Amino acid sequence: MSAPDPTAARTGVAVRVRGAHRVFRSAGEADVAAVEGLDLSIAAGEFVAILGPSGCGKSTLLRMIAGLEVLDAGSIAVGDGGSAPKNALAYVFQDAHLLPWRNVLSNVALPLELQGRAAGERRDAAARAIASVGLADAARRHPAQLSGGMRMRVSLARALVTEPRLLLLDEPFAALDEITRQGLDDQLRALWAATGMTVLFVTHSIAEAAFLAERAVVLTRRPARVVLEHTLDLPAQRDAALRGDARFAREMSVLYQALRRGNGEAA
Amino acid sequence: MKRRFVENFLPPAATFLLTTAAAEFGIRAAGISPLLLPTPSAVARAALQHSPTLLPALAMTAQAVAVGLALSIAVGLLVAIALSTSRWVERAFYPYAIFFQIVPIVAIAPLLVIWFGYGMRAVVAAAFIVSVFPVIANSLAGLLSVDPALRDLFRLYGASGFAQLWKLSLPWALPNVLTGLRIAAGLAVIGAIVGEFVGGGGLGVVVLEAMRQQRTDLVFAAVLHAAALGLALFAAVNATSHFALRRWHSQETEP
Repeated sequence: MSAPDPTAARTGVAVRVRGAHRVFRSAGEADVAAVEGLDLSIAAGEFVAILGPSGCGKSTLLRMIAGLEVLDAGSIAVGDGGSAPKNALAYVFQDAHLLPWRNVLSNVALPLELQGRAAGERRDAAARAIASVGLADAARRHPAQLSGGMRMRVSLARALVTEPRLLLLDEPFAALDEITRQGLDDQLRALWAATGMTVLFVTHSIAEAAFLAERAVVLTRRPARVVLEHTLDLPAQRDAALRGDARFAREMSVLYQALRRGNGEAA
Repeated sequence: MKRRFVENFLPPAATFLLTTAAAEFGIRAAGISPLLLPTPSAVARAALQHSPTLLPALAMTAQAVAVGLALSIAVGLLVAIALSTSRWVERAFYPYAIFFQIVPIVAIAPLLVIWFGYGMRAVVAAAFIVSVFPVIANSLAGLLSVDPALRDLFRLYGASGFAQLWKLSLPWALPNVLTGLRIAAGLAVIGAIVGEFVGGGGLGVVVLEAMRQQRTDLVFAAVLHAAALGLALFAAVNATSHFALRRWHSQETEP
């Protein structure tokens, strides 16, 4: 088997969520329904932003899709069949979550190492993933020597290294400053366009959802249900100028109204 | 580098010289009996004069401490790993691990002689008993504090239980393990000396003999040797942790 190429074109996988239900129980407290009867269909190769207020259960939804959280009811299908192929899926967390004792290269190679790939293959694929997020010069550095934005890019490279066909991101750039965040948004969209993988991006930022995605799904306050599924009427080529465009402002307003409705306020 | 050396070593060296000089002249001026409190120079003379006794005794104590501490690390880590596997195991056994913490070593040292006989084994057992708990407690805290997101990441890529332990939990717990070891090193010296009081051999016996002969200067010389052993171990653990963790912290960037 040849080394995975994180930048190579591939086909994304579809995701189907049917009546997903998740209740958190803790002793001495009332049950909290995080997700209630949620339906969602995502086509192969689509870039979808999931937008909702903080703590609305959108992270729970993403974790259920990743298989990190069990469903109390309903079903989730990734790809054609039931469960996803072994290396089809990657997950980017809210913070970088790197191993501080490993340098950038071996942090990025970690998923391949855990999957038991050969050392040479791991190194090649990791080097390519690092280059694809623009960190080739920092491959030998340790996480403590990197800025927050660089650490997040390492985290992104680590997710890309297995050539995922579905990339799940849970508010990945929320802790970064605006400029760094926009740079990463650009990079992520370019990687999506180049590879063709399916991307599911959870965020509470309307601007980020509108700028990144082809389609936005707006969720209600907890328990999460879908208020709006909206295909964004924006050009495929997106750059900084778009943020000042009237169409962009209009789409943002559509998402804003939906977010308010989901929050139980009059639109 | 040179400047750092001066900054690190000059102040404590100055403190040492000043207090030693003050003790020397103070004790002489006050005319305190050498039976109660010998002068630093008398202690130094005793140390030199009895070095044929003190150095082999130090070597013996050091050996018992090294073996006891090695046992503490091995057993302590294994126990911590076992306790970290499940909440139920932890609840069932951790209260009894505390036994090692609260047991008065002076009281059970005679018991160790009954079990292990006079000599090295009883001394090693004493060093082990007092030093194992800090290793267990700190390692367990480290193993239980692993970032849940990293656990998820390992699960996502189908990591085996062994890979999780070896590539995530143990390295993650390393700073805690080293903290435990730093505490354990000092305690192991105490345990060994107490063990030697009843089990025989090493600096503990030198102290007892010197007391019987009313050679307070030699008692001090032996105690200083024991202190030097503790200090050397502490420095060794510090050096290890500096070396092992140098990449973890941003202030220690490479040149």
